[in-house]
Amino acid sequence: MSELYPVALTVNGQARQAEVEARVTLLDFLRDELGLTGTHAGCEHGVCGCCSVMLDGQPARACLLLAVQVAGQAVTTVEGLGDPDGGLSVLQDAFWEAHGLQCGYCTPGMLIAAQALLSENTDPDDEAIRDAIGGNLCRCTGYGQIVEAIRLAAARLRQAQDGVPS
Amino acid sequence: MKSAAFEYARPDSIAQVCRMLAESDGEAQILAGGQSLMPLLAARLARPSLLIDINHVAELQGIAIATDWMTIGGCTRQRTVERAPEVQAACPLLVKALAHVGHIQTRNRGTVGGSLCQADPAAEIPLIATTLSAEVTLAAPDSERTLPIGEFIQSAMETALAPDECLKSVRFPLWDEPRLGSAFHEVAMRHGDFAMVAAAVQVAMDEFGRCRRIALGLGNVGPKPQRLDRMAAALWDTTLDDAAIDAAMVGLSDEIDPQSDTLATAAYRRRVAPRLLRRAIKDAVADAQRTAA
Repeated sequence: MSELYPVALTVNGQARQAEVEARVTLLDFLRDELGLTGTHAGCEHGVCGCCSVMLDGQPARACLLLAVQVAGQAVTTVEGLGDPDGGLSVLQDAFWEAHGLQCGYCTPGMLIAAQALLSENTDPDDEAIRDAIGGNLCRCTGYGQIVEAIRLAAARLRQAQDGVPS
Repeated sequence: MKSAAFEYARPDSIAQVCRMLAESDGEAQILAGGQSLMPLLAARLARPSLLIDINHVAELQGIAIATDWMTIGGCTRQRTVERAPEVQAACPLLVKALAHVGHIQTRNRGTVGGSLCQADPAAEIPLIATTLSAEVTLAAPDSERTLPIGEFIQSAMETALAPDECLKSVRFPLWDEPRLGSAFHEVAMRHGDFAMVAAAVQVAMDEFGRCRRIALGLGNVGPKPQRLDRMAAALWDTTLDDAAIDAAMVGLSDEIDPQSDTLATAAYRRRVAPRLLRRAIKDAVADAQRTAA
């Protein structure tokens, strides 16, 4: 066992800390140390986008980050997207309604990528949506319903903002 | 896909980075954005004893624009550069190319200097740096040196970076002509994948529609990005119409040396390169006309 490094960071709004080897990725840290298994391990070399999390509000691949690197920063995982009481977010509900998933393996990464888009652009066109999820592979859906789900979520969020019932 | 063990250091100055590199006897590696290095670690193709994380070195971050130059710190994120209004105004060609560098998630971490040091022949940032004749400044423990990008990138994945050096910054010359246009095109399996072939063009036109200056570059048609100086000279003072482009293209096939790999054959690259280049020239001219209007 090689040297352990202290890591203190904020995950989904909560302060967390642990001691880990330098080689532990943020992905493994989240899953193995913190038990947050919503972030999925796919290719583990930066290709599939499954493990996307938000780092200080911006999407990044957790398999290409070391836990020691992000000490002091704020991470949001898919577990942090829903309501604190366990309810689905508007985006998650739209994925359900539009059937934006089949096997569900890519879904946490898709949700993170889509949430990052929607927090900056409340009315994205399909090109912007496809660009936002361009780094996330889905082997089931063919992406059509994922794009549809994000479009639906954007429309509902706009309606909510304008005070119109959806 | 788990990396071998290594130690980790987080220095906060370039001097410390260089000292650590010098003391490590070539066993340490710099960790910038990690978007190329982390996959190599995961596959154990790289096994450094020490990773020197430069993400907290403030002097490696930032964009500075002067009259003639735009300087970008080595550890500045690709996404930061892509979204900076001042870069869009000063060097739109770089912004156009950055949209093709990986994906938003990787550009949020990936750095400009990291891409240059990786020197992948298919990568976009080295191509733009080559096309625009950028220069890189390398810091060593007790000195600094500045190299033209063509000397810095030596071959595929090979640079002039010494074991104790750290890429401090890259500077792009800025053109001051009023009617500037640029275009970037690439062919890839999917948007964001590595380019099979890429073409970059920046042009300055005069009020009579003649070319006053042009820089052209091709990526992934040889071991390193290529600036096409003979073609640029042939296109100077023409209107960049089809006849002028046809004439300038003669001889291009002798100037490139594409290889066959898993992405594409050399023959395919030879067919695609002139077509992409022509498209980029025409789009750059149209862009210059828009800028002037």
